[in-house]
Amino acid sequence: MTSSRKKIEFSLNAAEKLNATLNAFLEIDREGALRRADQLDAHSSQPLAGIPIAIKDNICVRGLQTSCGSRILGDYHPPYNATVINRLLDAGAVIIGKTNCDEFAMGSSNENSAFGPVRNPWNTSKVPGGSSGGSAAAVAAGIVPVALGSDTGGSVRQPAALCGVVGLKPTYGRNSRYGLVAFASSLDQVGVFARNVTDAARVLGVIAGRDVHDATTANVPVPDYVGSLATDIKGARVGFPQSLFRVGLDYEIGKAVRAVVDVYRELGAEIVDVDLPHARYAIAVYYIIATAEASSNLARFDGVRYGFRAEDAPELRQMYRKTREEGFGPEVKRRIMLGTYVLSAGYYDAYYRKAQQVRTLIKNDFLNAFKQCDAIITPTSPTHAFSIGEKVDDPLAMYLNDIYTVTANLAGVPGLSVPCALSSGQLPIGFQLLGPYWSEPTLFKLAYAYEQTRPFTKKPPVFAGEMS
Amino acid sequence: MPIKESDIEKIAQLAHLELDEAEVKLFGPQIAEIVSYVEQLNELDTKNVQPALGGLTPEGEQTDSSRDDELEPSLGQATALEEAPDPAEGYFRVPKVL
Repeated sequence: MTSSRKKIEFSLNAAEKLNATLNAFLEIDREGALRRADQLDAHSSQPLAGIPIAIKDNICVRGLQTSCGSRILGDYHPPYNATVINRLLDAGAVIIGKTNCDEFAMGSSNENSAFGPVRNPWNTSKVPGGSSGGSAAAVAAGIVPVALGSDTGGSVRQPAALCGVVGLKPTYGRNSRYGLVAFASSLDQVGVFARNVTDAARVLGVIAGRDVHDATTANVPVPDYVGSLATDIKGARVGFPQSLFRVGLDYEIGKAVRAVVDVYRELGAEIVDVDLPHARYAIAVYYIIATAEASSNLARFDGVRYGFRAEDAPELRQMYRKTREEGFGPEVKRRIMLGTYVLSAGYYDAYYRKAQQVRTLIKNDFLNAFKQCDAIITPTSPTHAFSIGEKVDDPLAMYLNDIYTVTANLAGVPGLSVPCALSSGQLPIGFQLLGPYWSEPTLFKLAYAYEQTRPFTKKPPVFAGEMS
Repeated sequence: MPIKESDIEKIAQLAHLELDEAEVKLFGPQIAEIVSYVEQLNELDTKNVQPALGGLTPEGEQTDSSRDDELEPSLGQATALEEAPDPAEGYFRVPKVL
């Protein structure tokens, strides 16, 4: 048996076995993955040769389903690959399946999936975070070493923190959104989950870069991310925004992230006080802009060209309405409604324009802060993984989970979540590094230096074992 | 600004959603709560602030996204119709419009 095939079989077996517990996968492609593994061994010089990878179910992979966790797309099989998928395949990666997520990536707990919630491998009564909860759980449980997700307001970094893995949201325009089902186009970015910083750097190196199919990708050279990893961070300036460590932050998380700051100080970094005075408005700005863009993007789901169509609707407009009523879940409807409201005649200036102005202030906060520091450290999430069902009836409380992550999407800067501790309740805690545009090498280097000094080696109770 | 049930029904109509009565009752107060939360932005004076347009970085704004006007193969009719709920003779068929 070839080594590639052995690795892929390990992943497929683990995915199948653990899915009954975790519900992390919506589709597992045993046949396709094994076929590809057998074809691959001849070209083992590729950067991801024979590496099993899981893909969030809102990124198009030809031949597999793309449901976005929604009934309205249900059994949709896209006729093309997303650009990031083509790049992964060209690099030799083997896609083993599509992962569960909040419907259209709207959620912070994965409870909004039409196909049931994902469970956290650290404690199966807890949420894995969201919206890329399936990808986070699959990496945390050792099913795959790496996975792709999408991050619109924290949907890679927050579940990475709650599941104890590394999660990256790159700079806006770093990689292509072509084939990522759009939620909020000015915020969406494909992100990476991995069990260590090196693997995350390797995958970003493969998927990053300009794409003619996505006009928002920037013509910025892709550096050697793995080559930039180093443990010597003497003189690096790490910004510490004290005001973000006060209100609403879980005590243990605050303590754990302050301990990370101490490690950076010991490693020779300079800790600099910085302020992001408009960060506290970020959730309000985000839920105007994201819902406005979503209400427009999701207008395409109308039962005409693909996906689900409601029956018993003899007239066109009635068919649209019934299809969308039956096809979308409650959170998606709530956000479409909110987005439609803030864009509607008479309210546009009061809400949407105002939000875009405050977005400018949030961007400027970062530009000012990065004059004084190379990266900013914050918690990734204000709480650790909460219980399934705990917040489902309170959408606003759920939105506040994104308090530390949405600013990066609004400003377009990259963010990296790194696991650093376990709580007294044995749940993972992550810290976040935010950097200037295109500073992924700096973030990786800082994260790598921490990881080498304080490796996070604990494994969750639901774990596939180590791949040999 | 208070949001009435009739507002919810009007928004649903604009959004092509056919909410049932329970949803109207559920969404009304929830959307009102979220709207009152986002109204905290009014604390800020933004008279002289330019609204952000999209998410582009300066490098992204400078990227020339034009390309050569060359013919490339497209999906083709058969593939494009493969996922349609009701294809007919090479077209997307829909219920009557008028």
